[in-house]
Amino acid sequence: MKDLSLSVLDIAMNSVKAKASLIEITLANDGKTLSVRIADNGCGMDADFLARVTDPFTTTRDTRRVGMGIPLFKLAAEQAGGTFAITSEPGRGTDLMAAFAVDHMDRPPLGDMAATVATLIQGSPDIDFVYRHTAPCGEASLDTRELRQALDGVPLNEPEVLQWIQENLDEEERMIAL
Amino acid sequence: MKSIEELKKIREQTLKNINLRKEDGGDTTRIVVGMATCGIAAGARPVLAACVDEVSKRSLAHVSVTQTGCIGVCRLEPIVEIFVPGEEKVTYVKMDEEKARRVIHEHIVNHKVVTELTIGANE
Repeated sequence: MKDLSLSVLDIAMNSVKAKASLIEITLANDGKTLSVRIADNGCGMDADFLARVTDPFTTTRDTRRVGMGIPLFKLAAEQAGGTFAITSEPGRGTDLMAAFAVDHMDRPPLGDMAATVATLIQGSPDIDFVYRHTAPCGEASLDTRELRQALDGVPLNEPEVLQWIQENLDEEERMIAL
Repeated sequence: MKSIEELKKIREQTLKNINLRKEDGGDTTRIVVGMATCGIAAGARPVLAACVDEVSKRSLAHVSVTQTGCIGVCRLEPIVEIFVPGEEKVTYVKMDEEKARRVIHEHIVNHKVVTELTIGANE
C-alpha cells in the first residue's frame, strides 16, 4: 500500500464484511508516534482465527487463497519502528491498532484520509463511521450519526453529500497537516 | 468546518433529485468497482471516485456505482464491471481515472463498448 489512508480503507473493509453497524477510525499523532486504530462492532473472530489472521495465507474468501490486508498493515508498522496489536471477540467486534514512529524513514505517508472516509461511506451508506484524527496542532473529525440527523432520510452516498463530506474533511485535514 | 446548515441545503436539493428519479422509474445500469486489498493497492480508490464524479456530473439518473470485493484476477486490477440491463456484463481491466471516465462516456452514455480496455483484449 502506497500510504496509510489506503491501508485504513483496506482494513475497514474487513469491518464492513464483518457486518459492523459502527466503525471507528482513530488516528492519534502526538508528534512522536502516530497510532492508527480501527474498531468495529462486527461479528468478530474466534481465538483460533485471530491467532492466524496476521498470516498472509489466512483468508475468509474463496476467490483466492491469500489475505494480504492485515499482514501488510502489520509489516508496514513494524518496518517503521512501530507496533501492531489486534483483539477480537465473536459477537462483539474487532479492535486493531498499528503504531508508527512519526519520524521513521520508512513510515508510509498519511495519504488522503478524506478520500478514504468518503469511499467507505459511498460503499456502505448504512454503516455509521466515526472518524477522529488528532495531531499536535488540532484535530479533524466526522461522525456520520450527526450527518444522518441533518440529512433526515437522504442517503449519505448521494454524490452531493459525499462531495460535501470529502471537501469538509479534507479542509480539516489540511489545517492539521503541518 | 463548513456548517451543518450547508448540508441541510444540500439535503433539500438532493431530495428533489431523488423524487425525480423515483418518478422516472427505469432499469438501473450498474458500475461495480473491485475494492479488495488487490484493487485498493492497484489504485481502485481514485477509479471509484472518478466513476462517482462522472455519473454525478453527467446527471446519469439510472446509473449506480457500487463496490465489491475481489473479483479473482488480482493482477488485472483495478477492475470495473458494467452491467447494462438486458446486455452481457463487460469487464474492464487495469483501469485508471482517465480510462474510467472514457468508459462511462463511450460505454454508458454512447452505448459503445471500449473493446481495447476489456479483459478479453488484455488476456
